[in-house]
Amino acid sequence: MPKKPRTPSTTQFSDQILIATKPRKLHLLLVRRIIVLFFSYFKDLVGREVTVELKNDLAIRGTLHSVDQYLNIKLENTRVVDQDKYPHMLSVRNCFIRGSVVRYVQLPPDGVDIELLHDATRREARGG
Amino acid sequence: MATGPGLESLVDQTISVITNDGRNIVGVLKGFDQATNIILDESHERVYSTKEGVQQLVLGLYIIRGDNISVVGELDEELDSSLDLSNLRAHPLKPVIH
Repeated sequence: MPKKPRTPSTTQFSDQILIATKPRKLHLLLVRRIIVLFFSYFKDLVGREVTVELKNDLAIRGTLHSVDQYLNIKLENTRVVDQDKYPHMLSVRNCFIRGSVVRYVQLPPDGVDIELLHDATRREARGG
Repeated sequence: MATGPGLESLVDQTISVITNDGRNIVGVLKGFDQATNIILDESHERVYSTKEGVQQLVLGLYIIRGDNISVVGELDEELDSSLDLSNLRAHPLKPVIH
């Protein structure tokens, strides 16, 4: 297919397209920074007892062992919350949970400094 | 910071994988990569139903794509042998909804 010659009118269009995609790129950068923020936050929570609720409604309680840059979670001493309904993991005591499948991470109420987290996220959102 | 999943400690161990479509596959972890794709040897699927006991289907050597994995659990052999799978009744796991 022959390439269209770059006349002044075609460059105008490509500039407009560039401007239209810029906000999306900034949004992705912001999302990346917030994920890094939560990665640091979870690293501080290592050793605490948490309950991870997954997108398939399974809820697993355990001690937070480690977390990685994808927010994959490794739990130790795990127990499924409703063991009669979900006996599928009865013989599992340590597990690795893929970050993409986590719906909620339920934290102990005294484990959260809400003001600190609120300030940090506000700062990130503002771009500070 | 680009460390992949910390599955190194589970290599050559028996693991239980829960996939996004709600299947439970048990096998020996042979390998993995950054995207959590895994290689499972001597694997079998455990099919749970409310009408009959747990069915075990032998699969052999499997590669499971990371996109499709929810949970990788370390199977405790002692606990597993104390389970009476033929008398276990349960609803199959729900698929993951994003």
